[in-house]
Amino acid sequence: MPLPEGLYGLMAEFDGPTQLVHAAKAAHHAGYRRMDCYTPYPVEEAAEAIGFHRDEVSLVCLIGGLLGLAAMFGLETWVAVWAYPLNIAGRPYFSWPAFLVPAYEWTILWAGLSAAFGMLALCGLPKPYHPVFNAPNFRNGATSDKFFLCLESTDPKFEAAETRSFLEAQSPLSVVEVEY
Amino acid sequence: MATKDAPVNNPMVDPATGEYRVIAPGHTFKSVTEKVSRIVLTSHTPLGWWFGFLLAGGICGVLLTAVTWLFLKGVGIWAITIPVAWGFAIINFVWWIGIGHAGTLISAILLLFKQGWRNSINRFAEAMTIFAVVCAGMFPVLHLGRPWLGYWLFPYPNSMNYWPQFRSPLMWDVFAVSTYATISVVFWYVGMIPDLGTLRDRSTSKLGQFTYGLLAVGWRGSVRHWVRYETASLLLAGLATPLVLSVHSVISLDFSVALMPGWHTTIFPPYFVAGAIYSGFAMVLTLAIPIRKFYHLEDLITIRHIDNMAKVMLATGLIVAYGYSTEIFMSWYSASHWEYFMMWNRMFGPMGWSYWVLITCNIALPQLMWLRKFRVNVGLMFLMSLIVNTGMWFERFVIVVTSLTRDYLPSSWGTYRATRWDYATFLGTLGLFTFLFFLFIRLLPMIPMSELRMMLPQARVREQAESLPEAGD
Repeated sequence: MPLPEGLYGLMAEFDGPTQLVHAAKAAHHAGYRRMDCYTPYPVEEAAEAIGFHRDEVSLVCLIGGLLGLAAMFGLETWVAVWAYPLNIAGRPYFSWPAFLVPAYEWTILWAGLSAAFGMLALCGLPKPYHPVFNAPNFRNGATSDKFFLCLESTDPKFEAAETRSFLEAQSPLSVVEVEY
Repeated sequence: MATKDAPVNNPMVDPATGEYRVIAPGHTFKSVTEKVSRIVLTSHTPLGWWFGFLLAGGICGVLLTAVTWLFLKGVGIWAITIPVAWGFAIINFVWWIGIGHAGTLISAILLLFKQGWRNSINRFAEAMTIFAVVCAGMFPVLHLGRPWLGYWLFPYPNSMNYWPQFRSPLMWDVFAVSTYATISVVFWYVGMIPDLGTLRDRSTSKLGQFTYGLLAVGWRGSVRHWVRYETASLLLAGLATPLVLSVHSVISLDFSVALMPGWHTTIFPPYFVAGAIYSGFAMVLTLAIPIRKFYHLEDLITIRHIDNMAKVMLATGLIVAYGYSTEIFMSWYSASHWEYFMMWNRMFGPMGWSYWVLITCNIALPQLMWLRKFRVNVGLMFLMSLIVNTGMWFERFVIVVTSLTRDYLPSSWGTYRATRWDYATFLGTLGLFTFLFFLFIRLLPMIPMSELRMMLPQARVREQAESLPEAGD
């Protein structure tokens, strides 16, 4: 796959979460859809503003948990009834109440691993390279104390000069071009 | 509770609520980031750190020696024998894993209850959990006799054609503890990803940028990622909560499923869990008090934290006291000769002194924490944390040793006297725990920066005067 070239988007830097959310709402209102906000801590209002409402992490976690439960309970039953039946103080081979404890632990194990790795996979991480890191002021602030809104060039409404003047009207600290 | 005795002009007291602040006033996003990341990113390692690190490393050497000797000679170098086949190994196992539980409580249960004050102590409480589980997990494996065959505990297809026996609580333990260790590490790491991104961006050395960059998996703070990240954190917290309660319950079943006077009781699971949280909070204080002093973190780990932790200790300590009194009551009310003798022997038998050490450390002295003056005195609280940890170690000693030394038949009675290798192994794990902790505070952010930023007043999005239509529909 050839590497994309040219302009990734325009990035506006803001001093606080309020200005960011305000600008993001305005951009969404103006019809921009391909955009993202970058913040040093979770700002739920910003996600709402750009129209991101639901994530699938809970579903992945639920499926993982159910698989873990089925895997361990199935293994225990197979081992205790067919593969290696042992008479333990006359208890039935299928002594399911005793099997619940390891099955419970594996439900949690698989659900937890699915939630953590599912979250990373849904985010598309690990991804060491991303164009936003090319913005000169990004690494200095995005993980520390500054708030960014990036309008991406793939948006049908994106038009370099117009978008720049739109962003500059939102009273940012700066607006910079982000190259691929 | 209002702090009516605190001076009114104390900047650490919030005038609106009269409570101590969770974070000192005047901090900004930048200042908390700098304060926490500087500890890790500085090229100047404090001499005190080297001193502690090397001392702890030396004690790790004791552990290595003890374990090597154990591998060469077998478990006979420990004092375990019939009737006391469990001894220090199991006492230490239960003690260490109990300590780990407070870390999960702080990171998971208090997150679900939206206790914002937990944010500053959450990361290192969780690190404490992992290191305590490392120390704990070592003991049952060493106690196996042939530790190199420890993997036989796991169900896997093998040439011997055998499978584990899933009806045994000892088998349940394998799954409970291994799940606990895995989930704790995952929860800890996921919680650290945004902070590792901060370190990647702030590090000036090539090695630092590369290592933190690798660990941060390309985190860039996208709000879409943050939403998923928050969901995953809540889910992990929701999963870790029943997990932590199940782990110590399963461990207590190792005892209570056995038909041994003093073990065979239904109060064990809840009272083990309460005891675990009790000792764990004591260990958090033992670690937090010197660290906040050494790294000048009094702004971020404030008196409020110490006060709150003291209250949790007081509450869990009372649950533990209730557990002890239920044991005494049941040994009388059951009218069982064996139970009655067990309790008499525990209190006044040859090892009765250990019972009274336990009562003094776990029940009597901690009542001082009812006094506010005591709770906000950092030095006294440090002392109290050591007392409670000692008491909780003796609790496990009393449970394991007094029950086993004198069971049903006087002809099978025995005694227990730990050997120098028992002490060396225990001391060694204390060294290993401290060693890992020193590495952690030097190399990783011990206070979650992203969560601290959320607690600052400027983190809130203010309502705008001119409101725009709601987006996204």
